[in-house]
Amino acid sequence: MSENKEKYKNVAYYPGCALEGTGHAYNKSTKAIGKALDLGLEEVKNWNCCGAMEVKNVDPKLQTYLSSRVMSIASNEMKHDVVMAPCNGCYHNLKKAEYDLENDAASVEVVEQISKKAGHETYKAGSIETIHALDWIKKAVGEEELEKKIKGGLKGLKVANYYGCMYTRPRNIFPEKDQGGDSESTDKPHYMDDLLAVAGADNVDFPLKTACCGGAHTLSDSDTSTKLVLNILMAAEASGAEVIATECPTCHSGLEMHQIRAEKMFGKKTNVKIVYFTQLLGMALGLSKRKVGLQENISDSYALMKEKGIA
Amino acid sequence: MRTFLDIGKELEADALSPSTMLALGEETLECWITANDQVPTDKEKEGFRLIALHRQGAKGDPSFNACRETCRELIYHYNLITLDPEHDQTLQRLNMMKLVASHLYYFIAGKIEKSDFGEFCCSSRSVRAKLDS
Repeated sequence: MSENKEKYKNVAYYPGCALEGTGHAYNKSTKAIGKALDLGLEEVKNWNCCGAMEVKNVDPKLQTYLSSRVMSIASNEMKHDVVMAPCNGCYHNLKKAEYDLENDAASVEVVEQISKKAGHETYKAGSIETIHALDWIKKAVGEEELEKKIKGGLKGLKVANYYGCMYTRPRNIFPEKDQGGDSESTDKPHYMDDLLAVAGADNVDFPLKTACCGGAHTLSDSDTSTKLVLNILMAAEASGAEVIATECPTCHSGLEMHQIRAEKMFGKKTNVKIVYFTQLLGMALGLSKRKVGLQENISDSYALMKEKGIA
Repeated sequence: MRTFLDIGKELEADALSPSTMLALGEETLECWITANDQVPTDKEKEGFRLIALHRQGAKGDPSFNACRETCRELIYHYNLITLDPEHDQTLQRLNMMKLVASHLYYFIAGKIEKSDFGEFCCSSRSVRAKLDS
């Protein structure tokens, strides 16, 4: 992996819509750790929505086009080889678009037609590599280099790492995973565990790290979502975790929101805190709680971090 | 076959054995398969009927892979407990196995409520794909 480090040090950055709203702290902490680790992020110019879940349901090929436009700008206009998307939804949709443009002639045709109408160069499959924020730190820095930059660290903070669903499913759109060696696993993802362990966290054995949180149905079937999230929170606590580390704004806000709702609807209070992995990593690198936007989280972890000597 | 709610009630009981929890997992999947007008398989995959049932449920319905890892975690905990019942972590493992079995139950409960649960996230398909095809 080390020979490729340079390739990942300066990447196109696709924050996506959530990171400008509910996931603002994720955006802030991602940029902050990039700066602390001497990594370059160049935001994709005039980026658009990846198509999220909504457009996919109206017209999946339109979603493919929307994601392809982001990759086209990053690749054709900004001349990047790598685009990094910290949001699982964006990451997933860009990967899905890449897969469709590689394997589905009808998608290629639609993307060509709309790109022509929109007046920009059509994205060609294979022109750019889409990575997640976890890949970014893992590939551009790596555990060895990261360890040297840790100041203070996470001091044995007990962490359950929650990856959610769209980081690993469906497996066919992530051909680089499950390749053995240092590659990511779709069965038991470990990149977040690896990075936070280097930062001093005590990762607990958490069996629901990719389990469904019902996120996509949170409005149409809130009780199911609340029950699923409550079960994830209870499992994290039963594992001994003080914190659930997240790497997706939808997972993060879903866990925070349903933690409150579970108490109101089912009378079940859980105390585990929900924190972005970038916030944890940032504090381990010596950044202040404000720099990583800890105060922006609904789940108030400040007292815990102070008690642990982290923030 | 018992009702789906009966399975949920039993899952709430204290001191369930690993084989009971595994059987409850199988029963949970049976409910989904039966609800889809299929006969639940009696076969095993990788030594477990739960895996065979999951595969049966996921055939033609990739959204069902949303519970693939949950099924595997249930088996993993079953193995941990039954292969070393005297381990000092057995009580903790039983507790975790129960939470994993509950998660499978809540997910299937969601699928029974709305069959397209997991459709556009875990299978990355439009919920209209079935209607359009």
